Amino acid sequence: MAFMGDFMSPAPFWHNGPSPGAFYNFPANPSSFGSVNHSVQEFKAHSAAPITTTTTVIGVKFDKGCVIAADTLGSYGSLARFRDCSRVLKVNDLILLGSGGDYADYQYLKDIIEQKIIDEQCVGDGLQLKPRSLYCWLTRVLYNKRSKMDPLWNNYIVAGIQDGEPFLGAVDKLGTAYEDAAIATGLGAYMATPLIRDAIDNGPLNEESAKALVRKCMEVLYYRDARAFARYQLGVVTASKVVVEEPTEIKHDWSLAHMVHMK
Amino acid sequence: MLGLSENFPEYALPGGKQARFEPYADNGGSIVAIAGEDYAVIGADTRLSTGFSIYTREQKKLFQLSDRTVLGATGCWCDTLTLTRLLKARMQMYEHEHNKSMTTPAVAQMLSTMLYYKRFFPYYVSNVLAGLDGDGKGCVYSYDPIGHCERSNYRAGGSAGAQLQPLLDNQIGLKNMQNVTEAPLPREKALALLKDVFISAAERDIYTGDSIYILIITANGIQEEKFELRKD
Repeated sequence: MAFMGDFMSPAPFWHNGPSPGAFYNFPANPSSFGSVNHSVQEFKAHSAAPITTTTTVIGVKFDKGCVIAADTLGSYGSLARFRDCSRVLKVNDLILLGSGGDYADYQYLKDIIEQKIIDEQCVGDGLQLKPRSLYCWLTRVLYNKRSKMDPLWNNYIVAGIQDGEPFLGAVDKLGTAYEDAAIATGLGAYMATPLIRDAIDNGPLNEESAKALVRKCMEVLYYRDARAFARYQLGVVTASKVVVEEPTEIKHDWSLAHMVHMK
Repeated sequence: MLGLSENFPEYALPGGKQARFEPYADNGGSIVAIAGEDYAVIGADTRLSTGFSIYTREQKKLFQLSDRTVLGATGCWCDTLTLTRLLKARMQMYEHEHNKSMTTPAVAQMLSTMLYYKRFFPYYVSNVLAGLDGDGKGCVYSYDPIGHCERSNYRAGGSAGAQLQPLLDNQIGLKNMQNVTEAPLPREKALALLKDVFISAAERDIYTGDSIYILIITANGIQEEKFELRKD
C-alpha cells in the first residue's frame, strides 16, 4: 500500500495537491516549504556532483621514466575560481600522483596517502611503497566508495618506477583502472591522447622529447578547453629522482583568433 | 541541492531528471571461447573503451585461474577487476584447504554463486569460462551478470556477443545447414574460426578491435597467442 503514503504523512489527494490535513502548496510561497512538502529524504545524503573541479591530467611514459602534467585552475562550474590548485604530488622517491576532478576529494585522499607514507617511514625498514601498490590501493578505495554510491569524484594518474621499470596507470571514480604509455583524462582524452599516441608510434621518447610533447599538449588544451589554464605544473619521475617543477606559464598568443570563424 | 521540482512542483517538467551518479560503465570488449575434445581456446580483444574514446589498446581480459581454467570477462571494467581479484583469492583459499587446485566445473559453480551473491547490485560483467573438465575434455561455461550459468561447446560474449553467436552457431553448431555430418572440431580449425569471427566483429562493433589475446588450454599447459585487428 505504498501509494497511500505513510500513516503519519498521507499521500496527496491529487498530483501536486494537498495531503489530508495539510495546506495546498502554493507555488513560490516560502511558507509552504515545510518538511511535509519535501519528498522522503534518504537517511544518508551523498554528494553526487563535483563542486570545485580541475580539468585534464596528462601522463606519458618515456624510456627511463614518466612525465605528468596538470594545470593549476580550480573551477567552480564555469567560474575560474581558484588559480593555484597544485595537483601533481610527489608521494615518495618512486611515485608521482596526478589528479583531476573534484579538488576537495583529491585533498582528502592526498592527506590519507601522505599519512600512509609517514607511517611507512616510521617503521624504518627502508622499504618504500611502489607505484603498482598505490595504484591497486586507489582502485580499491575508489571502487568501495562508488559501491556505497558516495564516490570520490576524481581521475588519478599514478606514475613511478616499479622495480627499475617505468610505470604509468590511471584510476577513475568508479575504480576503473588501466595501464598505458599515454594517458590523458577529461577533455584531454579527446585532444591530448591522439597527439601522444602519434608521437609514441613515431619512435621511443626520451625525457626531453616527452617533456616537450607534454608541454605541447598543455598548450593545445589551453587553447581549446574552456576549463584549462595557462599556468601548469610538470612532474618527472625517473629511477634517480622525483621532481615536481614550479608552475610555468604558457606564452599564449591569440593574434590568430580573428581568423577563426564559427558559423 | 535545492531543485526546482522540490520547491515548485507545478513547474517541474514531467520528463526532466537530474543527472545522478552512475556506478556502472560500459567498457566494451568481446570474448569467444570454443571447446574441443581435448582442448579449449578462448580469445578476447584488447580494447578498453568508454563511449567514443579508447582508454587503452592493450588490455588483457583473460584471467588464468589455474593451469586448466581461464576466465574471460568484459563489461564494466571496475567490476571485472573486483570480481577476478575475489575469484583468485577464493581459488587460493580452496587450494590451501584441499591441497589441490579447483577443477573447471567447480570454478564454474563458484563463479555463479559469487555473481548471484550480488543479485541486487550486480557485477555488470559478461563472463565466459573455458578450460578442461575433470575428464580432460574441453568445456565452456557462460554467464549472465547475476549468475545464470550454462555449459556449452562454444560461446561468444561481450559487446559483440550477439553478433558473433549466430556465426558460431552456423560454423560450429552446423545450424541451418543441410547434408552436413557432425565431426569433432580440430584445434587449428577452431583457432582460425576464432580469428575470423573477431575480424568480423571489429568491422561492426566500435568496442571491439586493436588485437586479440588468445589462450589455448590443453593437458600439456596453456599456450598464448596474439592476433592483430583493425585499430580504428
